[in-house]
Amino acid sequence: MAFVAFLIKRLLQAVLVMFVISLIGFSIQDNLGDPLRELVGQSVSEAQREAMRDELGLNDPFLVQYGRFLGKAVQGDLGRSYFFKRPVLDVIGDKFPATADLVLGATLIIVLVSVPLGCWCAIRPRHWLSRIAMGASIIGISIPVFLTAIFLIYLFSVNLGWLASFGRGEHLVEIAPGWTTGFLTLDGLSHLILPSIALSSIMMPLFIRLIRSEMMEILEQDYIKFAWAKGLAARRVWFLHAFKNTLLPVITVGGVQIGTMLAYTILTESVFQWPGLGFMFIEAVTRVDTPLIIGYIIVVGLIFVVTNTVVDLIYTMVNPTVRLMGAAR
Amino acid sequence: MPLLDVRDLRVEFPTRHGVLTALHDVSFSVDKGERLGIVGESGAGKSVAAFAILNLLSRPGRITGGRILFEDRDLATLSRADMRAIRGDRISMIFQDPMMTLNPVLTIGTQMVETLKAHRDISDAEARRIAIQRLGEVKIPSPEKRMASYPHELSGGMRQRVVIAIALLTEPALIIADEPTTALDVTIQAEIMSLMLDLCRTHGVGLILITHDLAVVSQVTQRVVVLYAGRVVESGQTARVVQNPVHPYTRGLLSALPGEGEPGARLNQIRGSMPPLTAIPPGCAFHPRCDYAEERCRVGVPPLDVIEDHNVRCTRARELIRGVAA
Ligand SMILES: Nc1ncnc2c1ncn2[C@@H]1O[C@H](COP(=O)(O)OP(=O)(O)OP(=O)(O)O)[C@@H](O)[C@H]1O
Ligand SMILES: [Mg+2]
Repeated sequence: MAFVAFLIKRLLQAVLVMFVISLIGFSIQDNLGDPLRELVGQSVSEAQREAMRDELGLNDPFLVQYGRFLGKAVQGDLGRSYFFKRPVLDVIGDKFPATADLVLGATLIIVLVSVPLGCWCAIRPRHWLSRIAMGASIIGISIPVFLTAIFLIYLFSVNLGWLASFGRGEHLVEIAPGWTTGFLTLDGLSHLILPSIALSSIMMPLFIRLIRSEMMEILEQDYIKFAWAKGLAARRVWFLHAFKNTLLPVITVGGVQIGTMLAYTILTESVFQWPGLGFMFIEAVTRVDTPLIIGYIIVVGLIFVVTNTVVDLIYTMVNPTVRLMGAAR
Repeated sequence: MPLLDVRDLRVEFPTRHGVLTALHDVSFSVDKGERLGIVGESGAGKSVAAFAILNLLSRPGRITGGRILFEDRDLATLSRADMRAIRGDRISMIFQDPMMTLNPVLTIGTQMVETLKAHRDISDAEARRIAIQRLGEVKIPSPEKRMASYPHELSGGMRQRVVIAIALLTEPALIIADEPTTALDVTIQAEIMSLMLDLCRTHGVGLILITHDLAVVSQVTQRVVVLYAGRVVESGQTARVVQNPVHPYTRGLLSALPGEGEPGARLNQIRGSMPPLTAIPPGCAFHPRCDYAEERCRVGVPPLDVIEDHNVRCTRARELIRGVAA
């Protein structure tokens, strides 16, 4: 029961946040250029324009217009892209799988590298590998993503010629109608690797440090000392007793960061000309394609809110003590 | 041949401010099934002694001298694997705060079964059976159901019962209990203490009881060690030390107990407090707080001498027992 109450509360919060995001998105539309300019040419007279404004409802009060926008938005209608001359959601839907591939690739790299390395740094803080990892993560945090990207392209693509440096490649596999992935072909993978590494490099230092510091703190706890005193094997103390407790804070921070990573795809996709949402957004901005810009903000906002909510729910399910607090609330 | 024989144990913490010696040549022993009390104020080194025995000193602590003979082996020089085999099997430990001792994300059952399986080659079902039996022995209601509980679902007293049950799982030869009731509600302290004692008696387990409370020590232990600033200041058979205390510190601890002296009188607290390891005065570490301190107490640490029927570390011990010191 407590969980259901928590679930409802959390969903209401999510809806509220989406409401605010849509309001922001809509205000952008209100302030960014005149939609009529995009719809009609220069030759139309001022009187005709005024008539069209009335007809399109552009002269209605702000709240009425916003209400109309919201009503359409919840039905999946975010308007039409000026440039593509297609519904905004269709355009976004076309670009989304590419970005999903990229974020998934980066997430996999982050998890596979930062979990073992972070744990190692916590267990053996004085080991040379830990010192190198910590030093590198300080440097890594301060290198901008496009520098990493250009370096990667220079080394692996230009010099060694091992990996592709732009686009998604020719051979993608359609796993659902309109949804392609590069994970299932060699060509797809060779295109995915560099942009995924570039994108993961932003979050990697943060994750290694987060896992390390959380785990070091946990290793000082009485219950870890007790686990040693029970004569358990080191493996069990580290990877069950300590790691399971480390996971909780890491899931919370990590989940949010994966959402944030979407924002960084803008840079990565531009450098690698990756045909995803970020690249689309940059193009939409240069073309002042307002409906597409707003659509992007709302969709990315939605993804962000959904990941945060899901992370919270997972956290609640994994952590037995939080469940109790939910009941007490 | 005692079960555990700690000889001249020395523990040091190398820190930025120099090397701190947390234990100076500490000696004590526990026979099979015997109970030993270690008393002293906060910071005296009681927990350090306990963790040194299990080789679980927290960084940067290390044993730099002495021997810890347990069942004919020196624990101070044992290999990692051999030490692991002793921890939780032959020697178990009970910690001070049951709220912090159990892992919050693992069930009681998991935390019990894993202990058995770390030391015995038995099936899960068999381990569970033993665990449930022990939970019953520590008087936990519906033990089977509790196996699936998480620690936070239990009260402090119940958790400490679980910890006691875990300590008893493998039928150890020795249990080290570091202030096992200090963190508990006053109303249940006596109950938990007597439960622990009963179980130690029925299982024939030796006990090292670490506490601030000389009253408890005099009730339940056969031997006692009084620690002050990392040194043994008085030790011996509990009855003798309690009835015939010599060191002014032990006398102070005893007279601070309720029930001593005139009824209703203010308890006699020892004035001042124990210095931190970084500021141990020269000579007898206790002299700044001692009513009997003389000039010679300030130079040279007095040796631990056998005075009448037990060990005392005090320059004026002989005068004190004759009652001539003022
Ligand atoms: N990790 C450590 N690093 C440095 N010094 C330490 C460390 N652990 C303990 N000490 C030193 O050892 C001394 C004894 O500590 P210990 O925990 O044994 O005290 P105690 O007698 O158990 O006190 P309490 O009754 O408060 O539990 C402390 O004064 C402290 O200065
Ligand atoms: Mg202590």
